[in-house]
Amino acid sequence: MLSKRSIKRESKVFALELAIRMMDLTTLEGADTPGKVAALSSKGIRPDPTDPGIPSVAAICVYPNLVPYALERTRGTTVRVASVATAFPSGQSPIEVKLEETRWVVEAGAHEVDMVIDRGAFLSGRYAQVYDEIVRVKEICGQRAHLKVIIETGELGTYDNVRRASLLAIAGGADFIKTSTGKAATNATLPVALCMLEVIRDVHEETGRVVGMKVAGGIRQSKQAVQFLVQVHETLGLAWLTPDRYRIGASTLLNDVLMQIRKERTGRYQNPDYFTVD
Amino acid sequence: MTERKQDVARRAEKSPLTTAWDYAPAPEARDIVHIQERYGLFIGGKFVEPLSGERYTTIDPAREEPLSEVAQANKADVNRAVKAARGAFDGPWSKLRPSERAKYLFRIARILQERSREFAVLESLNGGKPIRESRDVDVPLAAAHFFYYAGWADKLEYAFPNRRPRPIGVAGQIIPWNFPLLMLAWKIAPALAAGNTVVLKPAETTPLTALLFCDVVRQAELPPGVVNIVTGDGRTGAEIVAHPGVDKIAFTGSTEVGKAIQRTLAGTGKRLTLELGGKAANIIFDDAPLDQAVEGIINGIYFNQGHVCCAGSRLFVQESIYEATIAKLKRRMRTLRVGDPLDKNTDVGAINSKAQLEKIVSLVRSGVEEGAELYQPPCKLPERGYWFVPTVFTNVAQSYRIAQEEIFGPVLSVLTFRTPDEAIEKANNTPYGLSAGVWTEKGSRILAMAQRLRAGVIWANTYNRFDPASPFGGYKESGFGREGGRHGLEAYVAMDDA
Amino acid sequence: MKRLPVQKTYKLFIGGAFPRSESGRTYVAERANVARASRKDLRDAVRIARQAGVGWAKATAYNRGQVLYRIAEMMETRRSELVSFVSRAGEVDRAIDRVVWYAGWADKLGQVIGSANPVAGPYFNFTVPEPTGVTGILAPEPPLLGLVSRLSPVIVGGNTAVVIASEAHPLVAIEFAECLATADVPPGVVNILTGLRKELAPWLASHMDVAALDLTGGDGDAAELERLGAENVKRVVRGRPDGQSPYDIAAFLELKTVWHPIGM
Repeated sequence: MLSKRSIKRESKVFALELAIRMMDLTTLEGADTPGKVAALSSKGIRPDPTDPGIPSVAAICVYPNLVPYALERTRGTTVRVASVATAFPSGQSPIEVKLEETRWVVEAGAHEVDMVIDRGAFLSGRYAQVYDEIVRVKEICGQRAHLKVIIETGELGTYDNVRRASLLAIAGGADFIKTSTGKAATNATLPVALCMLEVIRDVHEETGRVVGMKVAGGIRQSKQAVQFLVQVHETLGLAWLTPDRYRIGASTLLNDVLMQIRKERTGRYQNPDYFTVD
Repeated sequence: MTERKQDVARRAEKSPLTTAWDYAPAPEARDIVHIQERYGLFIGGKFVEPLSGERYTTIDPAREEPLSEVAQANKADVNRAVKAARGAFDGPWSKLRPSERAKYLFRIARILQERSREFAVLESLNGGKPIRESRDVDVPLAAAHFFYYAGWADKLEYAFPNRRPRPIGVAGQIIPWNFPLLMLAWKIAPALAAGNTVVLKPAETTPLTALLFCDVVRQAELPPGVVNIVTGDGRTGAEIVAHPGVDKIAFTGSTEVGKAIQRTLAGTGKRLTLELGGKAANIIFDDAPLDQAVEGIINGIYFNQGHVCCAGSRLFVQESIYEATIAKLKRRMRTLRVGDPLDKNTDVGAINSKAQLEKIVSLVRSGVEEGAELYQPPCKLPERGYWFVPTVFTNVAQSYRIAQEEIFGPVLSVLTFRTPDEAIEKANNTPYGLSAGVWTEKGSRILAMAQRLRAGVIWANTYNRFDPASPFGGYKESGFGREGGRHGLEAYVAMDDA
Repeated sequence: MKRLPVQKTYKLFIGGAFPRSESGRTYVAERANVARASRKDLRDAVRIARQAGVGWAKATAYNRGQVLYRIAEMMETRRSELVSFVSRAGEVDRAIDRVVWYAGWADKLGQVIGSANPVAGPYFNFTVPEPTGVTGILAPEPPLLGLVSRLSPVIVGGNTAVVIASEAHPLVAIEFAECLATADVPPGVVNILTGLRKELAPWLASHMDVAALDLTGGDGDAAELERLGAENVKRVVRGRPDGQSPYDIAAFLELKTVWHPIGM
């Protein structure tokens, strides 16, 4: 029912600007270079050079090697730097290696760490191992970096597993739970996101603890982003409609959102040539 | 490049929202549908003036505004309609090759699909149901019904082997106001597929989509007299039931009127099917995925403002999960949007009529008086129009009126149970038997419950799902006969003894 | 001066598109150059038919019925063109009505050939029909009616088809393919190959990924083709070129029976 909400006009612009403020602008490619990250950072700080009123994104999300460049470019701004870690995206490395990578990323100064759970362990029933890894990564993050735990919903197979993995991640100390790496065949969908939001809600109600949510992967159009926000609004309420508690991991989404905002303001359908590609 | 400090500051704004996120109105455009100032009766392929000379006003229940003047058909009008139906039956219609008959029905199905937005808007305007429902459920299902039965028209021998199935004659059909176009499809499609002709009376408060349907009949070039639409109140219905020229009556509506019809027809040899009221039990076990079950409860009772004969109006919660379920239910009710049926974000629309609203209010009052605990989420209702806030009663005893009588509104009564046997006993403890819902992860339990619940339709881990291929109808005082599926043809064919 | 008409090129119909034969060959039929499909074209068609079968089998019966009805809509629109290719009066009308007839079976077949079975124990037991898979069809004469009569029961049940059209009268088959291409039929559900029957049929009959074979259009070669089909236990069907029955649909369906205990 919730995906059928129809959000128009001022209400839509409100949602779109919120979507930008919540975005983790992401580049996770083998071909990433300092130059690419520099361009992306500028884009994230000032998404629309012709409209200074457009807010900055929440964070830039990169691979560990690119963290120093991202930090340099975003220094003095409100834009955070998030780094993936723990043998992203597969998680298929020994625990010692994954912990060492995390240490390196935190030392380098990343504000946020996006880790992956070991799906091989999870799907073969070794839940305690999955839990333990999260605890140990969280220990390394300590107070310096906040931890997002990617459960990779597209590989988990059932909603029951999504719920189980979410609870495990929260128990292990996650500050945020995150749907996907963006590298799998299926990434963030409304049903899995709802499942995870319900876990966050139940935990909050029973313990008062606040855990954030991040949807990532496959969100390319503004309409989808708005639907995800409606879902948060109607499941967790206004308190969760903030970058401190909700993030959208995306890259091409940003320009689509900018085009939609400009269309609402000018009344004309837009042309991608008028928006910078960084 | 330097920037203005306030722009930098504005971009850095990260604090949580303090103002609410109000969704802007998202109205479906009304101008797609043209409503005439007045309508006649559709008899013999054209609109004619009622011999009664009488008309009444039909309104938009969300705004209490008049929409059109429609005819009040009297005995002479009904007679004229039945004669036209008889003439068409004896004449062209029964002489047609069944595969040609099928093609008329396929045409109707396709035209309904083509004009679906028009019908959806009109349905919401005249009846009060949210546009999202008429657009996504009512109209598509109506078209699908015609498409499904079109396929049976030239295949009756396969549905009833060795029994020489053939049409009965003229069918008199009386339908309710809760799914006006869909109920029309449920009646007309199988009747025509089997080779009968019809005289159909839409409900008093919701005539307009039936009258617009006459234009579809015209576009499909259906032979005159095959479908006749006569509008009017209960008196018109009584005339149809009593008319000697009608061979079969199909009625969907209240149990009270159904019984009256059955009495009237006793001894006449006329065929009869009835689809009457219900007081369905919706049963949640402790192993049900609770959030999904709550979604199912909401859909079961607040869909179409609860104006559904098969609504899940009695919620049976296993005691061990009672607190959690009620908490989730109440929270979910707070996100329901009650308002303009034509707004695409509306979840719960207007109550169909003042009379119905009064019935709901009266029964709700009885619930409070008898000692049940009432909860209604905070809800701002529009000034004009007929509205009722989604309501849930807890601490309900089996004997309370709100647990026994059909309310036909967005009002849920919650009872508890400890064991499956207890749930079944209480669920079956009613003169009704139309539908039931079961929520549990355990497959064998679904089947065991389905086996023992005395109801014609059982939904497991879902609710209010309809399909033209799926037979629908009740046990006990919820009526007899089935609509939909191969079984839905039975009511409309005459057959040799098996 | 009489206007010179633009001549049509008759190609194959594979995956919703009209490619020439990969072999580049044609043969002459009905005074036109018609694509002469090769075994590689057939191999590609089977592969595409298998891929298309995944979605087609999952489509709702209602959806399949609507697609078939739309094929009839397109045929009706092109009625005069189709009539110009056939010699028998009424063949086109009969073919269109045949498609409509089969369209109406899509969402009813389960109710006629499926069942809930009253087994002697606390079990819910039911039988449902399911599509067999990629079906090879040797289209019989008459060139339109025969093709349509054998194709419709195959696809309405959820199977996909690779059809070898009439060798002597292939043009109407390609004309019919143009109806399919504009009728919302998912690409690859129906593939039509024109060419030499003796060349193509054995490859179809021996293909290990073809699950069923309709030999209604086979003549002297039917027995040999059936023998070739035995290697992967193909369902071999011989029907009537101008008949219609739900059992013609059932011939290309598997029956699945499911048990589930009943108990609290």
